[in-house]
Amino acid sequence: MSRIDGGLIDRTRTLTFRFDGRRYQGHPGDTLASALLANGVRLVGRSFKYHRPRGVLSAGSEEPNALVTLRSGARAEPNTRATTAELFDGLEAASQNRWPTVGFDLLAANDLSAPLLTAGFYYKTFMWPRGWWEKLYEPAIRRAAGLGRLSMEPDPDAYDKGFLHPDLLVVGGGAAGLAAALTAGRAGAQVVLADEDFRLGGRLLAERHALDDAPAADWVRSVEAELAGLPNVRMLTRATVFGAYDHGVYGVVERVSDHLARPGGAVRQTLWRITAKRTVLAAGATERHIPFRDNDRPGIMLAGAMRAYANRWAVAPKGRVAVFTNNDDGHRTAADLVARGVPVMAVIDPREDAPNLGGYPTWTGAVVTGARGRRGLSAIEVVRNGRPEWVECASLGVSGGWNPNVALASHHRGRPQWSEEHLAFLPGAELPPGMVVAGAAAGNGTTHAALRDGAMKARDALEELGVRAAAIDLPEAEDRPDRPAAYWHVPDRGRAWVDFQNDVTVKDIRLAHKENMRPVEQLKRWTTLGMATDQGKTANVTALAVMAELTGKGIPQTGTTIFRPPYTPVALSVLGGGDTGAHFRPTRLTPTHEWAKAQGAEFVEVGQWMRAQYFPKDGETHWRQSVNREAMAVRKSIGLCDVTTLGKIDVQGAEAGEFLNRVYSNTMATLKVGRVRYGLMLREDGVAYDDGTCARLGEDHYVITTTTANAGLVFRNMEFARQCLWPDLDVQLISATDAWAQIAVAGPQSRTLLSRIVDDADLSNEAFPFMACAAVTVCGGLRARLFRISFSGELAYEIAVPARYGNALMERLMHRGQDLGVTPYGTEALGVLRIEKGHAVAAEINGQTTAAMLGLARMVSEKKDSIGAVMSRRAGLVEDRRRLVGLRPVDPSRQVVAGAHLFTAGAEQRTETDQGWVTSSCFSPHLGSYIAMGFLEDGQDRLGEIVVAADPLAGTDIEAKVVSPHFVDPEGERLRD
Amino acid sequence: MLIPHPLLGPRDAQEFTYLGDARLLERPDPAAENAEARFCDYVYLRDNPAGVHRELWFHEHGDRSWLVVTRDTVTHEILGAELAADVKGAGA
Amino acid sequence: MAEPDHRDRGCPVGRDEERWGWPDMRFSGFRLVAEALRGHSGWKPLWRDPAPQPAYDVVIVGGGHGMATAYYLAKTFGQARIAVLDKGWVGGGNIGRNTTIIRSNYLLPGNEPFYELSMTLWEGLEQELNFNAMVSQRGVLNLCHTDGQRDSFRRRGNAMRLAGADAKLLEADEVRAMAPFLNFDNARFPIKGGLLQGRGGTARHDAVAWGYARGADVAGVDIIQNCEVTGFDIDNGRVTGVQTTRGPIRANTVGVAVAGNSGRVMGLAGMRLPIESHVLQAFVTEGLKPAIPGVITYGAGHFYISQSDKGGLVFGGDIDGYNSYAQRGNLPTVEDVVEGGMALMPMIGRARLLRSWGGVMDMSMDGSPIIDATPVEGLYLNAGWCYGGFKATPASGYCFAHLLATGRPHEVAAAYRLDRFARGHVIDERGAGAQPNLH
Repeated sequence: MSRIDGGLIDRTRTLTFRFDGRRYQGHPGDTLASALLANGVRLVGRSFKYHRPRGVLSAGSEEPNALVTLRSGARAEPNTRATTAELFDGLEAASQNRWPTVGFDLLAANDLSAPLLTAGFYYKTFMWPRGWWEKLYEPAIRRAAGLGRLSMEPDPDAYDKGFLHPDLLVVGGGAAGLAAALTAGRAGAQVVLADEDFRLGGRLLAERHALDDAPAADWVRSVEAELAGLPNVRMLTRATVFGAYDHGVYGVVERVSDHLARPGGAVRQTLWRITAKRTVLAAGATERHIPFRDNDRPGIMLAGAMRAYANRWAVAPKGRVAVFTNNDDGHRTAADLVARGVPVMAVIDPREDAPNLGGYPTWTGAVVTGARGRRGLSAIEVVRNGRPEWVECASLGVSGGWNPNVALASHHRGRPQWSEEHLAFLPGAELPPGMVVAGAAAGNGTTHAALRDGAMKARDALEELGVRAAAIDLPEAEDRPDRPAAYWHVPDRGRAWVDFQNDVTVKDIRLAHKENMRPVEQLKRWTTLGMATDQGKTANVTALAVMAELTGKGIPQTGTTIFRPPYTPVALSVLGGGDTGAHFRPTRLTPTHEWAKAQGAEFVEVGQWMRAQYFPKDGETHWRQSVNREAMAVRKSIGLCDVTTLGKIDVQGAEAGEFLNRVYSNTMATLKVGRVRYGLMLREDGVAYDDGTCARLGEDHYVITTTTANAGLVFRNMEFARQCLWPDLDVQLISATDAWAQIAVAGPQSRTLLSRIVDDADLSNEAFPFMACAAVTVCGGLRARLFRISFSGELAYEIAVPARYGNALMERLMHRGQDLGVTPYGTEALGVLRIEKGHAVAAEINGQTTAAMLGLARMVSEKKDSIGAVMSRRAGLVEDRRRLVGLRPVDPSRQVVAGAHLFTAGAEQRTETDQGWVTSSCFSPHLGSYIAMGFLEDGQDRLGEIVVAADPLAGTDIEAKVVSPHFVDPEGERLRD
Repeated sequence: MLIPHPLLGPRDAQEFTYLGDARLLERPDPAAENAEARFCDYVYLRDNPAGVHRELWFHEHGDRSWLVVTRDTVTHEILGAELAADVKGAGA
Repeated sequence: MAEPDHRDRGCPVGRDEERWGWPDMRFSGFRLVAEALRGHSGWKPLWRDPAPQPAYDVVIVGGGHGMATAYYLAKTFGQARIAVLDKGWVGGGNIGRNTTIIRSNYLLPGNEPFYELSMTLWEGLEQELNFNAMVSQRGVLNLCHTDGQRDSFRRRGNAMRLAGADAKLLEADEVRAMAPFLNFDNARFPIKGGLLQGRGGTARHDAVAWGYARGADVAGVDIIQNCEVTGFDIDNGRVTGVQTTRGPIRANTVGVAVAGNSGRVMGLAGMRLPIESHVLQAFVTEGLKPAIPGVITYGAGHFYISQSDKGGLVFGGDIDGYNSYAQRGNLPTVEDVVEGGMALMPMIGRARLLRSWGGVMDMSMDGSPIIDATPVEGLYLNAGWCYGGFKATPASGYCFAHLLATGRPHEVAAAYRLDRFARGHVIDERGAGAQPNLH
């Protein structure tokens, strides 16, 4: 091909680009495909299975052949359609799926084996010998398959998400879409107009039609200018509406800077979630081809694409040109080419009454039956009047009619409907709610009809919203219907391609028919028809027609496969938006985070929270040294730990006590003001799911804590109980987790330290005993809540202040406690202390364990109802004899790891003899031994027995003595001290 | 999806957490003779209709209302939404 | 401990030479060459399309697990006069719309032996069916991101080993050696290790459906497509047949295996089930050269991925979360799943999503399946597979066939009883309780 006059390219600027290492030039307005064609490059890729040489087939996003890897390094983008890639200066592209070069591809040997590689061949072989599939055949197939290659580097570009809520979304900026947008825009409605192209106009840009005697591009420009001036209209070009979801939600990807060498400071793409009250689908139509023998030669393209390259991109087809069409539209290609000074050898048309639009010969009753020219078309075989004849031809345009782009109309699984008149599927009756279809997508494909249909559908849609839109003046335009003939393929014993990319031929469809893979969904899966990157946009309907011919059923009875999002492929990067890498989830920081950081703390992820794990000191070379020191400080003097992450829920109201009675398995209504009680919650199915403390600060005021992990869930469940089960109770809830900073002050010196900061308080054991709570002030008037509760088993308190004072409180406590040896401790030491004390956490309350298993059976009150109480009495739960026990390894230096399974000593180890498992494990500096907790069959009756903790993954068996889980101070004297 | 919140108007379903069949409002009487069997039905068995379904959604990232939403499980069309507390209060 | 021998479980593997009745139907490379030489004129339909007979001994509803059931019922349990009814086409249900993963990495004793039986059946499936189902044991790697998660993986891995399955607990550096492209440098939740089942992997889902159908057909099973069950004939508490869109069919025994629609179909027999129907979306990218070695699952987000033999990255995540029979999902879930993928393996960013689809899942109340008799005599149920039914296909078919043939549950499926909920013997792998969208 070469450049001719005219076109919508900017010849004042020249862009240099590379394809497979060679330098070429093009202009702004070019796509990579148009620029390659203008440079005479016909061979651009290889097919998937046979590695057949391929050229550009189309001029749009339906392209099956011209796939390239665009850019390089971390920005390499495999499988990019050259037909939609906008040319920019310095663009680099490489052909794919070939070795070593696109011109000489060793895997083209597959083509010679084609008789073996029929539809579904791989299901019938590669089974012998048995081990070879995975060792030999499959790896070879995997290497040969695939198309482009990922860079394997992280995507360096930025992405964004946006939300729009227009009255009307117009999908497609061609004749119908522009008329719809203009109608709605003038009426003052909020309009979003989205088009996948980088230029509005759609098919108008590819035609030579006049609109009211002026070039169509003039009208497009004037409409675009008017829409740009309307504040209620937003135009998105380079924006593909890829999916129709529920309730008027559409997914749209805008390629913000893909047309630039680098995004610069901008994002590369934006994902728009558009919630539209109404939608006009004006997505146009896609041309189909007519399969004949060797119809995949480079140089054979869709007739409409050939016309678009000539009209929009000023690229004339190479050499002798012919058109093969079964409809009048194909003749337009010939007429346009002739008008642009490109001679056309003939239009070959199977119809006896084929027209002639002037300037070229029409061969009526004729078909193309073959093609030559492996790397570029050189001749075609034409059968005219029953006589075959090879004629020289380097460029052949093929048109088999147009398929309305009904994909979005079918995303809610409404089936499109076959129209005998159009010989095409039109949108069916069941459209996504709020959607109407206009223009060529609705089968109203002449320019004249599309303009008027777009305007009318927009008016109707707005009227449903109570917006009256005035009729707009629309230009007169061509109104010639295509009159396609039901001529679907040229019968032949050779291979005639239906699906180019996946190498599905008419023969394959015949074989599928023979093997009874006739339902269209089976046809698709057996042959891989329509499963390539183009999703069969140019192939599927033709394949259906071939199958219908074979079965003797009509096309409507043969049916279509389902259209699924996305309409065209969408980069994963933009679907992931910016919420990736370190931003995948929000990061919650505790109030003392900055302080802890300054202390050199190591942090650990706990759900979304970052918590201090331990605080290494100079000279400590292993985390265990730090943890042992911190834990011992709590046992011997005093430690501080930020426990803000525990869920906190304020429960207020006259019937708060009664409410809590119903959500906790134990009784809370009888709790005295100023006292705290440990509480257990069950799910309604009777299984334990959370525990914490419940403090009564006033007659009608409780504050409860939940585990960190379940803070949200418990609150949700309590709101469920309040609103859905017992809305009559006078109780209100508020989540206070983020409102209060809470610090555990634990150890024998904790009372001394707290006395130094709590204002005017008597913290003596008599005045403020174990399980007391009070609203106090600290540091001279700061309101605070003080709880005498202990997770470590030592004399301990938790003190809460408004979150913004948390950091200051920690600093004050550290400062005032220096002489007492105050030591900050992290989650690791917290874990050691609680295992030493036998407290259950998520590892034990894991949603599979009961109160009885946890040794908390008595906490499920039988005197009252509570959530889960009834179901906890089911036989299966009652009969479960596994109980929480402590485990001390016989050799104190050997760790009984969490996740080991427990067996009777000497027993065979298999599923049937499994006696339980280890839930938690640590080294106890206090005892100088590893210790562990776990659930053991009849555990409460086996104290003193030596059992085996087996870890088959590590190949270890460790003997451990069954003990009480309360390793430290089992009588609980210290915490009451 | 959009949920027509009775107080707040249409809200993106992403703001909500889904629970399931609104019959979970009808917690059995724990004192009934066959309470355990009735609780088993309540907790485990579902009509699971293909069609109109009354179901519970929690406006977790919103006003913390529990809603009873009437929705078609085949088309996803939403036919109405009420505050669960109102439904319960009305004796449903 | 010695490496477990998972092949010796007394399962019906191999022996295809003696089983395969029609020698001219056998598939092989040899046959393919012979057919190529004669223009592929000798291929026969993969299965017949018979009209339904008025009566069968056994009618199985559902052509997914149901087809496998029919196959084993005819082949292994020697039953005759069997029909499989499918409301659509063979392979049109969940068996053909999943992410093709096979694994037996379960924790609980009610599950693990069952899935391990399934794995052993997968390992001999191609020879058993004389059909290349492309079983590919490239490994299933579950990543862990916290110490607690690693502990629970250890418990699970050990449970797998105790049941005779293979499992390996990997350290972070071992994971890195296997999958250097994972996000080790900028991760919100760092990778601390993983649980690897080397024998896990993928199988070509359509081929599994077709292979069983072809095998069942050869064994004399009538496969009736486009035949939807509209009612059950129940006489005095005993099932006597089904009403269908292709007319009434009498049967002594009816097995229902209609994943996704179990509630709807069993409703026709007056039963309510501990099941909700939910939509699960799945995704595939454009074809790419090999990038991902096996199956990888993210432990801190909803994401799992593998790469098909054709080169597409096949991935999925969480269910949408609301009851649905729509076979399609919504955009927030798409975004959530891809965010997870991008967070875990940011190098997939420039790959493009080619297609997404939705399947309707039987989400059971404990996340585990049901293979059991029902209160209606002669009516049996196979249901509740959540989003894990594909990997279970061989064992589900085998055990359901065992139940239909003998009236007794197979020993590895003995826990999958309907009354386990009332009895309090749920099989809750996740500990999520009676809320299906949490399993």
